[in-house]
Amino acid sequence: MLFRSVENQIVSRTLPGTIEELSKWDDDSVLPSEQVYYQLAKDLKIAVENKTHTRLGSRLNYEMSGIASTFRKTGRSVKKWDIDQQINYKEKFLNIDKKWGNIEFWRLLKLYSPKVTSGYFLNAVDLIKTTEGISQRDETERIYLFLFQRTIYMSVLITLLCLLMGYPVAYLISRLPMKSANLLLIFVLLPFWTSLLVRTSAWKVLLQQEGVINDILVFVGLVGDLDRLQLINNQFGTIVAMTHILLPFMILPLYSVMKTIPESYVKAAKSLGANEWTSFRRVYFPQSIPGVGAGCILVFILSIGYYITPEIVGGTSGTFISNRIAYHISYSLNWGLGAALASILLVAVLILYYVYDKIIGIDNVKLG
Amino acid sequence: MKTNTILLALVSMVFSVTIAKADMTIVSWGGAYTKSQTLAYHEPYTAKTGIKIINDDSAAEAVAKLRAMNEAGNVTWDVVDVVGSDAIRLCDEGLALEIDHDNQLAAAPDGTPASEDFGDLIVADCFVPQIVYSTTFGFRTDVDQWGGKEPDDICDVFDLNAFPGKRSLEKRPINNMEWALLCSGVAKADVYDVLETEEGQSMAFAKLDEIKDSVIWWSAGADTPQLLADGEVVMGSTYNGRLFSLIVEQNQPVKMMWDAQVYDLDGWIIPTGLSPERQQAALDYLYFATDTQRLADQAKYISYGPARASSAPLVGKHAELGIEMGPHMPTAPDNAKNIFVYNFTWWADYRDDLDAKWNAWLAK
Repeated sequence: MLFRSVENQIVSRTLPGTIEELSKWDDDSVLPSEQVYYQLAKDLKIAVENKTHTRLGSRLNYEMSGIASTFRKTGRSVKKWDIDQQINYKEKFLNIDKKWGNIEFWRLLKLYSPKVTSGYFLNAVDLIKTTEGISQRDETERIYLFLFQRTIYMSVLITLLCLLMGYPVAYLISRLPMKSANLLLIFVLLPFWTSLLVRTSAWKVLLQQEGVINDILVFVGLVGDLDRLQLINNQFGTIVAMTHILLPFMILPLYSVMKTIPESYVKAAKSLGANEWTSFRRVYFPQSIPGVGAGCILVFILSIGYYITPEIVGGTSGTFISNRIAYHISYSLNWGLGAALASILLVAVLILYYVYDKIIGIDNVKLG
Repeated sequence: MKTNTILLALVSMVFSVTIAKADMTIVSWGGAYTKSQTLAYHEPYTAKTGIKIINDDSAAEAVAKLRAMNEAGNVTWDVVDVVGSDAIRLCDEGLALEIDHDNQLAAAPDGTPASEDFGDLIVADCFVPQIVYSTTFGFRTDVDQWGGKEPDDICDVFDLNAFPGKRSLEKRPINNMEWALLCSGVAKADVYDVLETEEGQSMAFAKLDEIKDSVIWWSAGADTPQLLADGEVVMGSTYNGRLFSLIVEQNQPVKMMWDAQVYDLDGWIIPTGLSPERQQAALDYLYFATDTQRLADQAKYISYGPARASSAPLVGKHAELGIEMGPHMPTAPDNAKNIFVYNFTWWADYRDDLDAKWNAWLAK
């Protein structure tokens, strides 16, 4: 799948003769020669028989709108052609669709004729490969960099929230006697065993405008009936739901590490004159770092690739880059772009992992 | 000689039984829709031929999955239910079999060939149309702030003064862009010409900007009915059959607004890459399931219009509720006073481009 992000053999495979002839086309201020159109007719004739011409059309349509139907339409005519002698093909093509007389289209075809392309990766970072070089996409089409930033920002936020909430819980469980600790652990694990979809939908019921929380707020009189709070279908909804869902991944590694920290250390610190805060900061917390590291890495890496929860409760401001990847894989069928986006995400995670290793040290991570 | 004949008969019987027992996997949309197909097509077909039919509800991702199956060289589906635009893409990609409509499908009872009976609804050579559905609006009838008014014009969706409250719209440019242009004063016939230009696109986005903060975007057909039932939105777009079941079968205080409903098509394709026997079995099924009577039968269970012209007069009553289905069809004259016909080929060309702009706009 990673290879797909640069693969572009479809052009040279479908139109081999045309591409070869087109490489001799130097002066791109005039239309290509008749010879190119003749080759195109021959290539298309074969492509139509194999039904690959429309596939090429959809590929090139990613770069220039309207090409899909040019190929579909042309294919229908070429099917009936008898290509044995060389007659005026340029004119014939122009009669089918005036796009064949558009120099920009030919430049594009030449630009995308190599077997590998950087086009998908450029697209994935809001750049565009044009005949005049690489340039930034039009402002109305820029989205991916913004989504990458948002994904990382929200993942960091969710990780911190999980840490903030998970740390005291894990501490409490690790300090309690076995019997009550087990009961609390079951409370942590119970939602963990519930289906992801059920938990996400439950948040929908709670947070929607006619939902439980808004109803209570209106009943208590904190908000008016007509300006109920918008708690879901936005960033807030995604953060709340994902923090809840990912919390066990923070608590469990924290708990397993905290369990191994002997209580006597803190007692010793106190007996030597440290107050509560100092003994926590200087003695207890440093020993729990491996758990914090493991929990944070787990939660962060899980959330950066999260898909289903943002899709259901994210609205427009709470969706992640993974939602766009899923869209390109399942619906737009632009697998090249989807693969490029996914590769960037993978590299980003690896870089963060490396940075973490440099700062805290991966040997320090302990899962239990 | 005699034993030979008996043996031969036995062998051929065993053989025909094994063939008859080969199951078929039919892919569709699930829910009430698959149920209507099971009752109208699958069960009668199984009763007639003994072929068992397995339902698979992954039609929403059919194009991606078919492409993956095709590349892996192992196609496990026999017949797939897709919308018109997906049929065009599957045909373009060589993933669906081309159908000779006149020779491979049943003619109408009066002898009209299938291609004429379906008419313009055959949007791709690989496509056998099944139903006409529409994307249209439902609205709640108990909104106090509306002062007794009811929306009856598509532009009421964009009018937050007269009809305040949240709306639900589909999270994609298709349909929304067209409605926005219609309400920006563009004539119906010019919509796609205007939408092709940068100015036209900005005009549509500007119109949608007016209501953007009051919109909940849906991606599954069941979302709007749920949102309407919960009172989360006061009006919303979805497929007409979903609204029918919300209003008629579940008795919710919701009404239909048919103005500028957008017709869309749904139908069958057969994947390429099947073995000749399986391909023939799939074609046999299609011959049976898309004849005039079967298509009319489906309308007993769901309020979608049959795709054959010859089926329309045969549409009867709802199988359980006993109400006439005719007036609930998107094609009924009262509902079809102002319809908008969705341009499949235009969207096939501009989808990638507009989708990028749409998502950038949504994220802003």
